[in-house]
Amino acid sequence: MKLKQYVSRHRSNLVIYGVVILGFILMQSLSSAKLLSSSVQGYLVPICAYIVLAISLNLVVGISGELSLGHAGFMGVGAFTGIVVATLLKTVIANKVLLLVVSMLCGGVLAGLFGIIIGLPVMRLRGDYLAIVTLAFGEILKNLINNMYIGQDVNGVHFAIGTEKPVLAEGGSMIINGPMGATGVTKLASFPVGFALILLTLFIVLNLINSKEGRAIKAVRDNRIAAESVGINVTAFRLKAFVVAAFLAGMAGALFGLNFSSLTASKFNFNTSINILVFVVLGGMGNILGSIISATVLYVLPEALRGLADFRMILYAIVLILVMLFTWSPKVKELRSVVSAKVSGLFHKKEVGADE
Amino acid sequence: MKAVKFLQYLINGISIGSVYAIIALGYTMVYGIARMLNFAHGDVIMVGAYASYCVTSYLGLPAPVGVLVAAVVCTLLGILIEGLAYKPLRGVPSLAVLITAIGVSYFLQNAAQLIFGSAPKNFKSIVTMKPLVLFNGGLTITGEVIVTVLACVVIMIGLTLFTGKTKMGKSMRAVSEDRDAAQLMGINVNRTISITFAIGSALAAIAGVLLCSTVPTLMPTTGSMPGIRAFTAAVFGGIGSIPGAMLGGILLGVIETFSKAYLSTQFSDAIVFLVLIVILLVKPAGLLGKNVQEKV
Amino acid sequence: MKKVLALLLAAVMVAAMFAGCGSSEKTTTETAAPAGGEAAAAGTAGAVKIGMSGPLTGGAAVYGTAVQAGMEIAVEEINAKGGLQLELNCQDDEHDTEKALNAYNTLKDWGMQVMAGPVTTAPCNVVAAECANDKIFMLTPSGSGASIIEYGDNIFQICFTDPNQGVASADYMASHDLGTTIGVIYDSSDVYSSGIYEKFAAEAQVKGLNVACVEAFTADNKADLTTQVTKCKDAGCDVVFLPFYATEAAQVLTYANTIGYAPTFFGCDGMDGILTVENFDPALAEGLMLLTPFSADASDEATQSFVAKYQEKTGIVPNQFAADAYDVIYSIYQALVAGGATADMSAAEINDILVAQFTSMTFDGLTGKGMTWQATGEVSKSPMAVVIKDGTYVGAE
Repeated sequence: MKLKQYVSRHRSNLVIYGVVILGFILMQSLSSAKLLSSSVQGYLVPICAYIVLAISLNLVVGISGELSLGHAGFMGVGAFTGIVVATLLKTVIANKVLLLVVSMLCGGVLAGLFGIIIGLPVMRLRGDYLAIVTLAFGEILKNLINNMYIGQDVNGVHFAIGTEKPVLAEGGSMIINGPMGATGVTKLASFPVGFALILLTLFIVLNLINSKEGRAIKAVRDNRIAAESVGINVTAFRLKAFVVAAFLAGMAGALFGLNFSSLTASKFNFNTSINILVFVVLGGMGNILGSIISATVLYVLPEALRGLADFRMILYAIVLILVMLFTWSPKVKELRSVVSAKVSGLFHKKEVGADE
Repeated sequence: MKAVKFLQYLINGISIGSVYAIIALGYTMVYGIARMLNFAHGDVIMVGAYASYCVTSYLGLPAPVGVLVAAVVCTLLGILIEGLAYKPLRGVPSLAVLITAIGVSYFLQNAAQLIFGSAPKNFKSIVTMKPLVLFNGGLTITGEVIVTVLACVVIMIGLTLFTGKTKMGKSMRAVSEDRDAAQLMGINVNRTISITFAIGSALAAIAGVLLCSTVPTLMPTTGSMPGIRAFTAAVFGGIGSIPGAMLGGILLGVIETFSKAYLSTQFSDAIVFLVLIVILLVKPAGLLGKNVQEKV
Repeated sequence: MKKVLALLLAAVMVAAMFAGCGSSEKTTTETAAPAGGEAAAAGTAGAVKIGMSGPLTGGAAVYGTAVQAGMEIAVEEINAKGGLQLELNCQDDEHDTEKALNAYNTLKDWGMQVMAGPVTTAPCNVVAAECANDKIFMLTPSGSGASIIEYGDNIFQICFTDPNQGVASADYMASHDLGTTIGVIYDSSDVYSSGIYEKFAAEAQVKGLNVACVEAFTADNKADLTTQVTKCKDAGCDVVFLPFYATEAAQVLTYANTIGYAPTFFGCDGMDGILTVENFDPALAEGLMLLTPFSADASDEATQSFVAKYQEKTGIVPNQFAADAYDVIYSIYQALVAGGATADMSAAEINDILVAQFTSMTFDGLTGKGMTWQATGEVSKSPMAVVIKDGTYVGAE
């Protein structure tokens, strides 16, 4: 009885978990049966990372209703932290999965700390001003990472920021070499860990959304004045959502960073932030499953268009515009609701059958 | 000598700042009236510069014709983009329109690459004036600087008069204050928005020509970076405010140049954005933005 | 209820999409082959599959498209000869490490046997690790970072390395007394530019050069380089080192000219092509010195024929990237023929043949005569200094 109640209350959440688990089982079995091409195999980890980034940004943009344009900055902090930790602890932790998880946690924690530092002042602002400040922080983080040197030798770890590179003893090596970024990174990232990160993200984010505070924040998003008049003050929650999003972006960043043998700070620029935002808006603000689907589809789309050679990116742009028009335009919506009413009549029978 | 150098950096800053300001004026007008961040604005600049380039370099016509053609091309392009990509989305959350604008931006960049190729073209400055050299060569004011700053001032005054005095300008302000009320008063909202786009795009064309006169390299990606800077400037000055965009653009240019000149060229991006954040924390609605209290 | 239905539909979509990935990918690679491999006119059967990745769209597209055109010309020429046939497939990596890996995997699915790329250093770092791991021979036309060849024994470069250029530039300045006070402007957000600068700075210290002014810019603020030029002028620099690409260099030269600042400008191989920028006034580059392996004005027959074909194909004069790319294909071809490689061999077998050949053979190309390779993958090709006089390159000794 209790289970049934739980199921009925959390049906949509269970569907999300179900989709993710199904997707994982499908891809993992195809992968172990060696049925996947190298390219599809190569998409798996980045897609996991982008799904987590999209869900975490959705928490800020869709649920809190704040436009953040600096999500890639947190991703970058996580990625470089992850790389440094993984390189330093390589000799201490032999198990690759454990090393990856530890690196991701460190990346997440540091990105979360930056989330607090940035979130505290940012939460005073609203709307486009908040957007521009997050954009500014993203650019600052990128600029700092670009001028950061971390090296390791027999004397320990050396750190410098600026133009003077630390001098390393014989046999030492640079982990992050300023503008040249990190090279020779051991690739640790794996699809199962990426999947586990998605599950963790879903667990955290869905719980946050369905909590009392989550409902309060949605009330504020929809009508701030009305919500405040009934005594809801959600600055603390907005900050919490922002920091949690930063933490998750940092973990995803570490996973992403450890999927490549080399990484430079320029990857985490405004364009990457915008790409993640596109995933969120296209999937629907506040719609978690939508974020998952749109991150996957939009990641694969430009790759699938490779056959078009020169016309690839222009077609991607056209598809993006058309999809936005199709999903948002009031006229199309009207048309769609008529069609979907007819279609749902057909599907209704099928679903009853599936329940039995 | 130090004072002369200071003056030189100030002038350089005002020069690039004026370009940012003209682009920011386009951003801010569109935002004020259509309530959307038109991220494709930077790429309209690039189209304007290419149009002018074609006219002056391929057809060999004089520079003023190039500017005129660029303005016409961009105006038409602005109306076209608005009609095809933004008008169907009127009334939906502004974020959705933002993403469409990003799609338009990708489209323009890639279309330009298909048409003109990816190799950079060297844009001949439209200004033929000799630079002013003062203090025995310690201070140089180039013709481009003078023209850019003048153009910026003229455009700002023109826009202020236009929005303040003309019927069209007044209806623009009405639409930006309250769209529904404006409609009730018999203002054609759709037409007003289209005209705003047209004006903003014409400004982008002028900005493109001026930008490429100072920075001669013209590529399909030429507009995207100054576009982001100008967007920053528009918000900095108080988005929706015309003098604010002008002030924001020039200040951003000056801060950028000073941080490069006196602090560090390596960290100038970080310094510029840090100053921006500090100012926004002190004045959360930008320099000249109105801190509007929401009505219940 | 409606919501659940929508979600169910979505779930089906996702499943279909995931399942569709595997199959759709196959069609992609099939269509990609004719698109990228137009050069393989002689038919695909029995051709060695050569993959290339580089920025074909975006801000760095000028380099990727130059390499693509250079390679296509070489492949067309080779296939017209009869004998061993080549098939080329060019994929876009947008000058991005992530996309470079995707491009590489796409090429691998296509059945690539030799990797002739990537074009830029950052993607090279990612792809080199994969090539070393998969035992696919890699020869980059223009990825000049020092770290690239450290990934494995089968990673080779045909351009000179960044450290090599930085050191050579400092040595040249020291030995030729170009000036007393040196200024440097470099792109601190770019791997190539900062790589050269770093070694230049170290060597300049060794040689006791007076570097008075070091200024940087980034991809985000390069619209305005006036401050950097003004600072060099104020520091009294009579030599200014510009280790970056022609695109930004044109900006520096134009502004320096407007403010009447005329030091000796000194560039690296990325500067090549400045004279061919459409509508560029060559007078601005008068006296500019640069290190380059290739000059489109060279009078030898091979260069002239290449330049003519390139102009016919693209309408522009080839730069050093295109010439390096042309040499990449010809050096691979020479090694394949000498090692007796055939199209039905696996990538790993071809890899072994090419590694053995490259470490032992001598190659004459457009960008240098008598090139040899060390086992590390570095080419022995010394940077040649030229100076621009009356709009053409003149050897500077």
